[in-house]
Amino acid sequence: MNQTSDTNSYRRSKPAKVRGRTGGSVTDSYAIRLRKDFKLNYWLYLMILPALAYYIIFQYGPMYGTIIAFKDYSPANGILGSEWVGLANFRDFFEGLYFWRIFKNTVLLSVNTLIFEFPAPIILALLINELRNRTFKRWVQSITYMPYFISLIVICGLVKDFTNSGGLITQIIVWLGGTDTSLLQNPAYFRPIYVVSEIWQRFGWESIIYIAALSSIDQEQYEAARIDGAGRWRQMLNITLPGLLPTITIMLILRMGNLFNLGFEKVILLYNSSIYDTADIISSYVYRKGLIEFNWSYGAAVGIFNSVLNLVLLVAANYISRRVSQNSLW
Amino acid sequence: MKRSWSERMFDWVIIWIMVVLVLLTAYPLYYVLIASISDGSRMMAHSGLLLLPYGFHLEAYTKVLANPSIVQGYVNTLFVVCASVVLNMTVTSLAAYVLSRKNVYWNPFFTFLIVFTMFFTGGLIPFYLVVKGMGLMNSLWSLVIPFAVNTFNLIVMRTSFLAIPDSLEESAKIDGANHPTIFARIIIPLSMPVMAVMALYYTVEKWNGWFYASLFLKDRQLFPLQLILREILISNSTDLMLGTTAADQIVQVSATLQYATIVVATLPILCVYPFVQRYFVKGVMIGAVKG
Repeated sequence: MNQTSDTNSYRRSKPAKVRGRTGGSVTDSYAIRLRKDFKLNYWLYLMILPALAYYIIFQYGPMYGTIIAFKDYSPANGILGSEWVGLANFRDFFEGLYFWRIFKNTVLLSVNTLIFEFPAPIILALLINELRNRTFKRWVQSITYMPYFISLIVICGLVKDFTNSGGLITQIIVWLGGTDTSLLQNPAYFRPIYVVSEIWQRFGWESIIYIAALSSIDQEQYEAARIDGAGRWRQMLNITLPGLLPTITIMLILRMGNLFNLGFEKVILLYNSSIYDTADIISSYVYRKGLIEFNWSYGAAVGIFNSVLNLVLLVAANYISRRVSQNSLW
Repeated sequence: MKRSWSERMFDWVIIWIMVVLVLLTAYPLYYVLIASISDGSRMMAHSGLLLLPYGFHLEAYTKVLANPSIVQGYVNTLFVVCASVVLNMTVTSLAAYVLSRKNVYWNPFFTFLIVFTMFFTGGLIPFYLVVKGMGLMNSLWSLVIPFAVNTFNLIVMRTSFLAIPDSLEESAKIDGANHPTIFARIIIPLSMPVMAVMALYYTVEKWNGWFYASLFLKDRQLFPLQLILREILISNSTDLMLGTTAADQIVQVSATLQYATIVVATLPILCVYPFVQRYFVKGVMIGAVKG
């Protein structure tokens, strides 16, 4: 593998330029030049070898493995020995009962998270910025960052506990005139529960980036506004918020690119068969079909669909970003 | 400068909003803490808001700490965290070093190889099959080796290595240093802050990770802490831990048991949290500027 990649890069840099300390002259054959280069830089070859092995096995191995999506894979026959079935797995998926359900659920869950969770850290950063007492400010920051470090299992365990019948949140809903039932058995509540727990865990942490961006706002603008008689509220809306806009744009674009990259671990921990109607998303479906029901090829096909969707969105988001704000990932 | 009435009003409103927000954020954590030391039977009967603990009882903690699967889980998690951090930091920094050298023929090709994996991955099922094919199933190494490099960290590290002045490397070369010496004596000591932040991030990620453990491990003896936690919190199978306790006692203790387990599993992270918090914040900045 190593050998191939090296000769490849030699071919790429044709006509061979003699760069820096790399061995070999233009007239030598690839193999000779490779050997000379290896003699000169063998430490570099050795140092990158573990990472190269990792990428080939654990990143490109699975990419090669995606061909099972076009086969009828069974562990007994192996990847190569399994029979080709063309696009049958994809056809099954697109024409299947659940395609629209999981597609719709994925979009709705992402969009809901985007609408409600995305602004939360911005608002928090604006509020923290207005605090005058430094000690209080530090306390607020420390406490709101904390949930980010708590494991997903604990968070989902708490969510389940609080939304059980008799749980904390269920009780509050009862006071407000609701009924005392387990909220996670009701499809209508899944999205709000997911989004709220997401806000709770992330809003403090995600505010860090906006708080940092605040320090780059020109202080003279505030002076000028004060002289013109603008109050604190007006200053916040007309100076601080516009000052954050570039950061907000970048974060928004990054988010758009990851729209279909929802964390399915949380979904798997929270959902149950009675709320699949709203809770089942593409990636949790892949997990269930492929790894619980051992429908390998079908699961891999759905997985490819998800990967391609992600790729398209990321490229699109990056394109828009470059047009709108000169900021882009590549 | 004397502040006007509306200015002070504004300050008060902001402060009260923040107080409410902080209370809302902290309350679930506070609830877990006080529920874990409450009296089991009264906790059972309780529902809704809880402001003060019912008494001060540590039975739940004794049960948790005496439980062999939790202790085993702790040991397994510690192993996975230590092995992963050492392996990941070593492999990633070595590769970052090579990629940050300026005159290596195959670096553009290798960079492309790496960046491509950020945009397209094989997906969950082929990844599972590869790990299985490598014979790592049902071994703690399955949580270490398949995660030996973190692409994002690799790119950040490479960028920070590139920022180190060439003159340092040149002068070392004149003194006869080879690549491993330059790496170990110059690059790593100068990049310590960045490396520390990444190691911290990775530690938290590994400590909290459960999903791949649930995929790759079948043997209960190997389960990391988070999987044991999942049994207790998500599947609600506290009876698994209580063993021989009498039936009525089981009900009483299990009401507080899950909270005590949460505290035991989360405490290590939250204990170091105040000390490392500013490094984490620094980490977010690194990612933001260079990512």
